[in-house]
Amino acid sequence: MKTKTKDIKIYCDITRCVGCKSCEIACAIEHSKSKNIFAAVKETPLPKRRVETQNIGSKIISLHCQHCEDAPCVKACMSGALSKDEKTRATIHDKEKCVGCWMCVMVCPFGAIIRDAESHIAVKCDLCPDRDDPSTGSGLRYACVAACPTDALFAGTKEEFEKNLSKKKGNSKH
Amino acid sequence: MEKHEERSYDPASQKMIKKAIDEDIKIVWDRYDAQKPQCGFGELGICCRICNMGPCRIDPFGEGTEEGVCGASKDTIVARNLVRMIASGAAAHSDHGRDIAHTLLMAAKGEAHDYHLKATDKLARTARIYGIDTKGKLTEKIGEELGEKCLSEFGQQHGELRLIGLAPKKRQEIWRKLGIVPRGIDREIVEIMHRTHMGVDNDYKNIINHGMRAALGDGWGGSMIATELSDILFGAPEPIRATVNLGVLKEDYVNIVVHGHEPTLSDVVTEAVKDPELLSLAKKYGAKGINLAGMCCTANEILMRHGIPSAGNFLQQELAILTGAVELMMVDVQCIMPALSSAANCFHTKLVTTSPKCKFPGVEHIELKEEKALEIAKNIIRLGVENYKKRVKERVSIPKEIKGLVAGFTTENVFRILGGKYRFTVRPLNDAIISGRLRGAAGVVGCCNPNIRHDWAHVSMVKELLKNDVLVVQTGCSAIACAKEGLLTPESAFEYAGAGLREVCEAVGIPPVLHVGSCVDNSRILLILSAVVAEGGLGEDISDLPVAGAAPEWMSEKAISIGFYFVASGVYTIFGTPHPVLGSPNVTNYITNELENIVGGKFAFEEDPIKAAHMMIKHIDLKRKALKLGPAIHQHKKTPALKT
Repeated sequence: MKTKTKDIKIYCDITRCVGCKSCEIACAIEHSKSKNIFAAVKETPLPKRRVETQNIGSKIISLHCQHCEDAPCVKACMSGALSKDEKTRATIHDKEKCVGCWMCVMVCPFGAIIRDAESHIAVKCDLCPDRDDPSTGSGLRYACVAACPTDALFAGTKEEFEKNLSKKKGNSKH
Repeated sequence: MEKHEERSYDPASQKMIKKAIDEDIKIVWDRYDAQKPQCGFGELGICCRICNMGPCRIDPFGEGTEEGVCGASKDTIVARNLVRMIASGAAAHSDHGRDIAHTLLMAAKGEAHDYHLKATDKLARTARIYGIDTKGKLTEKIGEELGEKCLSEFGQQHGELRLIGLAPKKRQEIWRKLGIVPRGIDREIVEIMHRTHMGVDNDYKNIINHGMRAALGDGWGGSMIATELSDILFGAPEPIRATVNLGVLKEDYVNIVVHGHEPTLSDVVTEAVKDPELLSLAKKYGAKGINLAGMCCTANEILMRHGIPSAGNFLQQELAILTGAVELMMVDVQCIMPALSSAANCFHTKLVTTSPKCKFPGVEHIELKEEKALEIAKNIIRLGVENYKKRVKERVSIPKEIKGLVAGFTTENVFRILGGKYRFTVRPLNDAIISGRLRGAAGVVGCCNPNIRHDWAHVSMVKELLKNDVLVVQTGCSAIACAKEGLLTPESAFEYAGAGLREVCEAVGIPPVLHVGSCVDNSRILLILSAVVAEGGLGEDISDLPVAGAAPEWMSEKAISIGFYFVASGVYTIFGTPHPVLGSPNVTNYITNELENIVGGKFAFEEDPIKAAHMMIKHIDLKRKALKLGPAIHQHKKTPALKT
């Protein structure tokens, strides 16, 4: 298992996303107790997804936490539940500290933080703590990325994502 | 375990899968892997694309939308999708039945000279069930009247299907009270399509009850007509020895594989391969002769009636071609993978389609016409013989695996085997259950599916049942799976059966696993169950019997229809992977729980075949208790799960 490196986030290629919501299902299953779809739908409480497929104009995007460097949610969090990981620079959420004030939900420019009304805390993309570094394809890829049937989702750094985009463009030419 | 071993339990298949991996030929398991992970909405049945306001999806985790654009709830969406699967499955079986009825009628009228009404006693018996006066009438006349009567039941608009009358009286009353006696075979299927159209039925229980009505029209209608008329037309099966698995293909022979479902084609092919001209042509090209083998259920049809070897079940269709030794594969309808044409392109194998309902782009189509069936069959086989010279010897590798089996059990001959020629009766079977030598009986049927190790679930489940003194009846791909393991031989009783079951098998001289035919022949199981009820001593209805059913590796919509007609007939039925219903807890509860109080049968889903076998055994024991029967004589200590 490789350690999670810096500045990894999940990107969505909006030219490929068809809005099938497979990422949403895979995310909820990954955050279930059983990690099996047929059992997960019977769990109480039901597992929560941390990604949402949205329409942006005429495009569709699978939207995750962008792990902003200057994260508004971290600034707005009054209980200190949200913070930046010093090593990976990911935005992390401590559910023990969360009081469900929803300030983060309000300030997030991407609408990527989801309210879990049942347990009254915020939930957001935690980069699948049970999975390996996805950037090179070794080990288990993040649940949403692995589930994406059109290869729209990509996990890695910004540079890697851009490289991957131009590679895909090159491939589709022939 | 290596990849090819993980994919199949059957050693012959493993060899061919290995060959595919080595030669980089993509087959069903590769395509399955490429599809993973599969769509969660589809798996749970909560995607609706019935109208153009959609497609709509329900969030199974309760955060997103709870209803479709029209307001359909997850219960409505799941129920509608499920009964549409019943519609398709029932349509497939019943259209098969229609084709057989049509051929029977043509044969009776003298319009199809290559077909004859072979089983005249069964013809007379079936005609009497349909209220036809047989006295003093010529066979052909009876056949004509019966053919017309059967065909008319497909389009019948009111009343009841005639064969419903063969079910126990109590069972018929349950159906009448619930209003689910099928009026006509096609009508109930059409009504499914109507009810599930946008903006019609949205009461999930009402939808599923109608689904049962259509499924009963399959089991006690279309499928039963297919079975009964096939017996009349092609001969009633008798116990027969044969062989099974890819090893039945022969190195020095022209190998012809017939694949699909309807015996209209395969039965006439058994004649055509004996043609002296074709045989001498084969010899001219250096072959020793023509070797015919079956695949899937059409294999079961000619296996039951002629002892033609079966090359394998559903997941082996590409593997047969991979042997490099198949000159020609002719196909009719159902369970024929579109991938066959690309598999055939990797070898010299010629693929020929024969039904107007099933064509492949770029594949030669030679339509089977009943009027000239034998001539057409010979023409197709000639193509195969001609193709022998194109065989690349270096690429031929036929697995050596081959097993013997006994097939050919039917509702009729089971009576004779058990009771003797002069005392037609299933009494010994009832007595064996009452005394507790047999704990009960189970039907293990259904397809294969790359989502579970090929053959493994069938074989493990059946062995576990045998060990616990449960007599097993089988059809379709499940029967072929167990035949390959050698379970369909009388000798297997010594190795696998519990002491009580072994005593019965020895006394009567039957294998502990009875092969009763193809997937439409599941209707035989309905009739055997009805006969056991009629014999007395085991309750008044099918739902009283200590029996259970299972489809551990199911994949097709036909399996759903079969499952529903068994459940609606009062049988506890276990499917391996669940129906696509888990997105609706209400529908799931209805079919796996509430239905038992309504029709006496219900579903369960269990992927582990050993656990599933024990759920069946537990159910059988409960039914024994309800009948005030003692426990099985040779009660086993709880045995550890089979390691297979």
